[in-house]
Amino acid sequence: MSTISRRTFLKQGLAVACAACASQVPLPASAKPAGPGELATLIDIRKCIGCESCVEGCREANSAKYPEPQHPFPKMYPARVKVADWSSPEKREVRDRLTPYNWLFVQEASVVIDGEETALNIPRRCMHCQNPPCADLCPWGASRKLDNGITLIDPDICLGGKKCQVVCPWDIPQRQTGVGLYLDLLPNFAGNGVMYKCDRCYNRIENGELPACIEACPENVQSIGPRNEIIQAAHRIADKEGAYIYGETENGGTNTIYLSPVPFDILDQSVAKGKGKPHLDKVKNQMANADNLAKAMLIAPFAGLAAAAGRIYSAAKTKNTDERTGV
Amino acid sequence: MKSISVGRIFAEQKMIKPIYLFLLFLMGLTGFAQMPIFKRYYIADVPGLGWLAQFYVTHALHYIGAILLLFLLVYSAVFYLGMLRKRFGLTITAYVNIALLGAIVGTGIFRVLKNLPDVVFSPVCTMFIDISHLGFMLTLSLFGIITMATKSKWLQQR
Repeated sequence: MSTISRRTFLKQGLAVACAACASQVPLPASAKPAGPGELATLIDIRKCIGCESCVEGCREANSAKYPEPQHPFPKMYPARVKVADWSSPEKREVRDRLTPYNWLFVQEASVVIDGEETALNIPRRCMHCQNPPCADLCPWGASRKLDNGITLIDPDICLGGKKCQVVCPWDIPQRQTGVGLYLDLLPNFAGNGVMYKCDRCYNRIENGELPACIEACPENVQSIGPRNEIIQAAHRIADKEGAYIYGETENGGTNTIYLSPVPFDILDQSVAKGKGKPHLDKVKNQMANADNLAKAMLIAPFAGLAAAAGRIYSAAKTKNTDERTGV
Repeated sequence: MKSISVGRIFAEQKMIKPIYLFLLFLMGLTGFAQMPIFKRYYIADVPGLGWLAQFYVTHALHYIGAILLLFLLVYSAVFYLGMLRKRFGLTITAYVNIALLGAIVGTGIFRVLKNLPDVVFSPVCTMFIDISHLGFMLTLSLFGIITMATKSKWLQQR
């Protein structure tokens, strides 16, 4: 096999790479630091009366985004692949859990406060993590984080593999079969619909409007603002009024901050949990290991360089010694 | 890299190839495991392979493999330049492999960057990175099969 010069190789390789970048690849400038621009919501569950105005507001504002699947669904192989269908008129009306047609629900808890049995209502939806595993681990880039802190699943790209739900500490995204890109690819053998969850009304925020759940609430349970201001406000209230905070450090930090009159471990024991009904337990940063390994990745090339340089030096030294001793 | 029994033989000429192939296999396996296919197709049901359906495990292994591969690639490049370049030239097979590895590493670096906290890439960029990373890996695998069948080597004596 013939050789080509390194100069030719580098020139041609560089030309191809430059052409590819110029034609279609947004340059690294598209990587924007998301920190200062992130918006967070503060949900003060002490104020929530469980009227579900937020749920209705969400459903009304987002109904155009809800799936309209094609029936019958393509037969999927192997047989273990289950259909997830929430599209019947009855199932579309489900409001006591998260579904592809219900991105926000009010979770109920009964706790004792000052010796009195008290009912608390907790609006539950996507937490919009600061480093969301669903977006980091989505194999197709369908789930992604916006620079304003919203985590969004693109229904035009999602194949419904449910990986986002599996890696989500709260199992938030919900699947609907029979809709989306997989129908145009290999519907029998890959994919299973589209995953749906709260997108915190990204389109309304783009137009300077409030998310529908916040606008619809008659009790001002929720507020939205820059994350640092929301965190400061949460701590101010917590310190002054003896409330407890959830979401500030969970999974490394989220953009949904809850305030509760009782500790969240008590609240977690009280709420009904299960499919579509997320917990309120402590959550470690799921991406922490990956972040640490990414740092080690920076060191690896330098370690390789140092090891090879040491090896070359050692070999040269051995050679010189051999030559001097006549071995 | 292929060892060639001309002149002094270094341990690297025998050791690097099996390590490199093992790492490529590990990266390919854990890379494919990023798609939810191993559970669907019962592969994770095979005793001992259940970890293939655990996304956090395969993701961490993919990162560890990337660390080892980066180390090995830089080590091999420097070792070649320092110890073997005078005796051996690179073949076209080597240049194609290097180009594909460069593309895989390059897109992989951007994928890792995207996964860091406070780093947000545009949707088009994210999709391009994901799909090109997979595409370059598939191309490298195909090219590897062809070069194995034709017994093409990376080095040839000058």
